Amino acid sequence: MSLDVSRIRQDFPILNREVRPGVKVVYLDSTATSQKPLSVIEAMNDFYRRSNANIHRGVHVLAEESTAMYEQAREKIAKFINAPSARQVIYTRNTTESINLVAYTWARANLKRGDLVILTEMEHHSNLVPWHMLAAERGIQLEFIPVTDDGLLDLGTYKSLLARTPKLVSFTHMSNVLGTINPAADIIRRAHDAGAVTVLDAAQSVPHLKVDVQQLDVDFMAFSAHKMLGPTGIGALYGKTALLEAMPPFLGGGDMIKEVKLRSFRPNELPYKFEAGTPAIAEAVGFGAAVDYLNSIGMETIAAHEHEITEYALERLEEIPGLKVFGPTADKKGGVASFTFDGVHPHDVAQILDQDGIAIRAGHHCAQPLHEKFGIPATSRASFYLYSTKDEVDKLIEGIYKVKKVFG
Amino acid sequence: MDDLYREVIIEHYKNPSYRGKLDPHDISFADNNPLCGDHIQIDLRVDDGKVSEARFDGHGCAISQASADLLVESVIGKSLEDVKKMNRQDILDLLGIELGPVRLKCALLSLKVLKAGVYGLGEASDALVE
Repeated sequence: MSLDVSRIRQDFPILNREVRPGVKVVYLDSTATSQKPLSVIEAMNDFYRRSNANIHRGVHVLAEESTAMYEQAREKIAKFINAPSARQVIYTRNTTESINLVAYTWARANLKRGDLVILTEMEHHSNLVPWHMLAAERGIQLEFIPVTDDGLLDLGTYKSLLARTPKLVSFTHMSNVLGTINPAADIIRRAHDAGAVTVLDAAQSVPHLKVDVQQLDVDFMAFSAHKMLGPTGIGALYGKTALLEAMPPFLGGGDMIKEVKLRSFRPNELPYKFEAGTPAIAEAVGFGAAVDYLNSIGMETIAAHEHEITEYALERLEEIPGLKVFGPTADKKGGVASFTFDGVHPHDVAQILDQDGIAIRAGHHCAQPLHEKFGIPATSRASFYLYSTKDEVDKLIEGIYKVKKVFG
Repeated sequence: MDDLYREVIIEHYKNPSYRGKLDPHDISFADNNPLCGDHIQIDLRVDDGKVSEARFDGHGCAISQASADLLVESVIGKSLEDVKKMNRQDILDLLGIELGPVRLKCALLSLKVLKAGVYGLGEASDALVE
């Protein structure tokens, strides 16, 4: 079923915004954060207007309502990724915190000096720095699956790294720069065969593709609400029950305990064991509303629309002399086009496009090692979502020709 | 945009007069803008407490490179004491444009590098260009 973009765009009030008199925003920066439909904004607004109270333990109506809404959202999220149980979905602040949770709890309880962790060269800093920190503290070893010139993982090298019996393989499902969709099920199966635990950075995949944790058989998976039409400040970590139960708690405080004595505590059961302190309750409600919205359109429909836009964008971008798009062909990537243009610095490209309301991102997109690999300090990145249109791609192309004019 | 990418800025970016390195030099300092990967190195020769020769090298956006070229041009003949007194307004005056907070960092990188070098600091800090 094809998607009715003009109808969808009516659900996103910000897409009507004029960023300058007479200049409407052309939002091509959804990989950084997505825009929010009215249903998400209103769900959070209603929560504060009608139900707001702290969750758990409260016996009054508002507390009960808030708790139910917070937990219903967790169930929606669990179902969205096909988690066997909502107890396996832990609320965090974002993908970064989800990965850090694994690094601070599972990894510190299970990894010792000399143990091998496999990452990839296309990781976001959020799946690099937690492991750098652990390497400095514990003396674990890090190895990286290389990225080929066409932006794919070199799985031959992965195979030889697996022979060194890694304890953990942590990798991105979809690159936030190249857009590459990695063969996650295959990478996970091979990791398991080698006896390793797996972490999937799904920040860019869960918002755009149907992701099924049971089909992938992944051990941990991290993602953020704000990239999938939800609010900032909330994300999730999915984990297999046996692993989560064996792990020590993360932050200490209220809600994560079953019992506290003056000199000791007993941790709470899943998922609360990992949720210390008052969480982002309204944001959880918004997260649930975002999942509802995505379900109402259908992930297959969204993915098909994005594919069509991406294919068109790559075709038009590649027409431009001096422009180079990084990453694989449209059939192997999500809605991301990172490019360099004729020696013009990406910041200058982005600035000139901004004059026509075109919002793209310029920089290393929190993936400095990947840019170093390609020998460039930065790229310009346009990214697409369910509300993106071919007309917006055309505006981007026109804008790039303007850049050419300014820099002569 | 016409303001931001004034001809003078594009000209200094494309055909800088002071790009290069000085060997020997009395002062040399380099730093990056981690946000966009701009890199600037500034070399100075100093005679009698005054900058007698100056060059910059590096890569980055038009704003960062043009501002480095304009800055280096402006400090030749200045005393080190006067260089220490330079601030963000001097850069904006040289560029002749208004800048938002993100691009301001690009514009100020060269001044930050220059002052860290003149003060003989180990590391450049934003406080130098406030």
